[in-house]
Amino acid sequence: MLVFFWQLRNAMGRLLSFPLRFVPIFTNLLSLFPNYYAALKRRDFVGLTGLAAGALFLPAFPSRGVTPVDPARLLEPGLDPAQKKRLADAGLNAAKAAGASYADVRIGRYLNQSIFTREKQVQNIASGESFGAGVRVIANGTWGFAATNTVTEAGLAKAAQLAVAIAKANAKVQNEKVQLAPQKGYGDVSWKTPIQQNAFEVPVAQKVELLLAANARALDNGASFVNSSLFQINEQKYFASTDGSYIDQDVHRIWPTFSVTSIDRASGKFRSRDALSAPMGLGYEYLTPKEADKIAGPAGTGLVGYRNSYDMLADAALAAKQVKEKLTAKSVTPGKYDLVLDPNHLGLTIHESVGHPLELDRVLGYEANYAGTSFATLEWKAKGLPYGSPLVNIVADKLQPGSLGAVGYDDEGVKTKRWDLIKDGKLVDYEKIRDQAHIVGQTESDGCCYADSWDSVQFQRMPNVSLQPGKAKLSVDELIKGVDKGIYIAGNGSFSIDQQRYNFQFGGQVFYAIEKGQITGMLEDVAYQANTQEFWNSCAAICDESDYRLFGSFFDGKGQPSQVSAVSHGSATTRFNGVNVINTARKLG
Amino acid sequence: MPILSKDEAQTILKKVLSFSTADECDATLNGRTGGNVRSARNTISTAGALDNVSLVVTSYFGKKSGTATCNEFDDATLRRCVQRAEEIAKLAPESPEYMPLLGPQQYTESTKAFAASTAAIDPDYRARQVGASTALCDQRKVTSAGFLEDMAGFVAKRNSKGLEAYQQYTNVEFSVTVRTPDGKGSGYAAADYTDASKFDAARLTRIAAEKASSSVNAKALEPGKYTVILEPNALLSNVDTSLMAVLMGSLDARSADEGRSFLSKKGGGNKKGEKLFDERVTIYSDPMNAEIPDITFAGDGRPQKRVTWIEKGVVKNLYSSRYWAQKAGIPDLPPPGGWIMEGGTQSTADLIKGTAKGILVTRLWYIRPVDPQTLLYTGLTRDGTFYIENGQIKFPIKNFRFNESPVIMLNNLEAIGKPVRLGGNLIPPLKIRDFTFTSLSDAV
Repeated sequence: MLVFFWQLRNAMGRLLSFPLRFVPIFTNLLSLFPNYYAALKRRDFVGLTGLAAGALFLPAFPSRGVTPVDPARLLEPGLDPAQKKRLADAGLNAAKAAGASYADVRIGRYLNQSIFTREKQVQNIASGESFGAGVRVIANGTWGFAATNTVTEAGLAKAAQLAVAIAKANAKVQNEKVQLAPQKGYGDVSWKTPIQQNAFEVPVAQKVELLLAANARALDNGASFVNSSLFQINEQKYFASTDGSYIDQDVHRIWPTFSVTSIDRASGKFRSRDALSAPMGLGYEYLTPKEADKIAGPAGTGLVGYRNSYDMLADAALAAKQVKEKLTAKSVTPGKYDLVLDPNHLGLTIHESVGHPLELDRVLGYEANYAGTSFATLEWKAKGLPYGSPLVNIVADKLQPGSLGAVGYDDEGVKTKRWDLIKDGKLVDYEKIRDQAHIVGQTESDGCCYADSWDSVQFQRMPNVSLQPGKAKLSVDELIKGVDKGIYIAGNGSFSIDQQRYNFQFGGQVFYAIEKGQITGMLEDVAYQANTQEFWNSCAAICDESDYRLFGSFFDGKGQPSQVSAVSHGSATTRFNGVNVINTARKLG
Repeated sequence: MPILSKDEAQTILKKVLSFSTADECDATLNGRTGGNVRSARNTISTAGALDNVSLVVTSYFGKKSGTATCNEFDDATLRRCVQRAEEIAKLAPESPEYMPLLGPQQYTESTKAFAASTAAIDPDYRARQVGASTALCDQRKVTSAGFLEDMAGFVAKRNSKGLEAYQQYTNVEFSVTVRTPDGKGSGYAAADYTDASKFDAARLTRIAAEKASSSVNAKALEPGKYTVILEPNALLSNVDTSLMAVLMGSLDARSADEGRSFLSKKGGGNKKGEKLFDERVTIYSDPMNAEIPDITFAGDGRPQKRVTWIEKGVVKNLYSSRYWAQKAGIPDLPPPGGWIMEGGTQSTADLIKGTAKGILVTRLWYIRPVDPQTLLYTGLTRDGTFYIENGQIKFPIKNFRFNESPVIMLNNLEAIGKPVRLGGNLIPPLKIRDFTFTSLSDAV
């Protein structure tokens, strides 16, 4: 599930949650920074003391065991692969000596930097590093895990012994033995996110300048308030296993975003519009706008979609104009509409209504106490009912360049791949890892295992899950031409779905009425409610490849204690017929 | 190591400050030890332990600040940590919202937030509690998934202006979801305690199991406005946002003054002093409350005292940053930790008895903001929803999606029950009229 960025926990681990736009910057982050509170749980009291004065709830970067560092430290090299191999072998050997039938070691160096600004001022700049190792073992047919930040041969060996001891203890109350899909060792291999410029190489001052320039664009265009931020991540991960793999990976992600607010003091009304950027598996090149990456939105909206680079200044200026328009836009008349959903919006709907229900651990009940289970059970799949209309083809993908989920190998040493989840509207497969493959009679893992830190245990996480574009040529304007009574929605706003993924409700950032094939003006107070199967079966048209782009979520939350993961969802603008739209305006007092 | 005594902690902090060459220096030590056990399909799935002490140092040069941390406490490491904070501070931009560090403060002495019984929890205890929960489910032929997490910790603060603070605390949390084997019924229970001797996983599991069995074969009612009885788990959550948490999280002065809160006033200013809720609504915080003992100081060193936030429906106080309090000339109040909503003596069962027609809601889920202007939120019922007629539960009903604002909800108050602890707060079950359900869900 996607959880709020600002659901902080206090010193005693109690959940404190703050509503939308309480910290205005996080309006968009809510979809992208899910389990912030969980990440903070182990951060103790730190965040609320060490922050820039006045930034009451302004968090530093949500990751665990992070030591604040000088930005220059982010460019210093970590251990070389030979050193990591020696350390990993110490862990693997100790695990085997203690009785493990399988072991893997992950040595992780997690680097991040976040910059927060509001209007004309910098609120916080935080650079962080987290370094340690986790050892996972199978002993007596049961998993055990232990982690240490003492990254020495002795430290790794001790963690391995502890992991074996935990496995043996848990084995006493275990019902079934772990069955791992076979995995060949790859020997010494490496993989790196294909970036052009490491964001950490860009001086902080230059990044601050960009954010403040975006703020200035918003203010110049009439915004009352604007917050902007830039998040940058580098995971340097080394994986070794008793299968004979030694995998060195260097993973990069970036996310620029903002939220613009406009206030009408006289009426007391306020509205916000968030950035239409996406978090991406790219370097700083994402922030150098290229014309070829701009995809014009529907005629009459002025909207621009972004593929592999983002024009933050242009989007900030447009956001300020749009947010003012939102203050006086017509309130929607509830009823059935044909929805035309832009990729930056549809990605979240795909995430919630396809990505999550097809996680095999959810399907089997392992997440029942927190995120929930799934309607798409093995029995449901066997019935062969349509998940969506025949136009709906959805793939799982850990390879797609620029996506957040792209890696060479997953966190249990499986080479990544792409596979079909929904083909011509029919559910054909799930998302699974080594210890789940046998449940559906598969002999190999899908390679979607992930841990959000060296000190958390890896488990099944959502790969990129993307709707394939239409095969016939179709532009967004051509698509809209065929809509008689509809609403075009861009950007992701409010979102909620039940624990088995049937009933959902989504909002957006901007809404436009479509009448007789034309965009006729902005609407407000729009949310749509649907049932997953009805919604996907109402899919009536999908734009072609030229309109395809990625939406992303930096922080999808799952598990207890909760872990986050980053995932992208690609699609082209898509039409859904006859969806129920509600009006969300209310009167207080 | 994780639970340092006051003297041990302050000795380290004094040393830290002695290494400082900055204009101001603030040091916080935080230690925590504890563990967790997760179960699914009536067996333990994962288990973890946590044991850590960390130091956070923030150094100030004028309006510039920098933060560094470490988790070893020998002289050389401490000195390096202070140096690093100072180096980062020198490179930082000036903060226009800089506030000088607080000087010495008076904190209420609080020892009740720490219970030896919770600090003594070991892996055997966790396995026993979770084992009792799963055994009960095996016996009743239902399936459970649960999570138990406990911690004991301390916080110590000291700064170069003479501020000094120290407190220990404990917490244990448990939640369990029980489902019938046919997937047609689901129930939930959750609780948290300072003192683990009050905790009984089997008792909570029994509640969840009974909800699961009695929620099988739910009937569909038409969506619409209904009188509801919201159990505490429908008002607050240990794992996600909730209607009451977002209301209490919205009492920030700055957003209200800036015009972007439901507390903003037309034409400027905020609604402090206005009656916005039913007159039976009174909410205050008090870190000394015996049932939810809390830390008596905030992260930035401001004292946590008894504060009335809403009294007889009137907004009495708003919290803010120190900077905003000074700028706006308002009482300098940090946001509270736990809080208490006053209630009556009736249990949920009593509230049901007094209801001619209505719906009992066990839990609300995936609650997300829809419109910040009105604090409108959406979400769904989950894990046991029942139709009430003539003071009795008649039958289980299918889950609903709601779209409702806690502000409207607390105006449509029919009755308040007896407060119980949840998520470190005290919250009563509430009977609310005209609660807005907008669609049906097939989820169980």
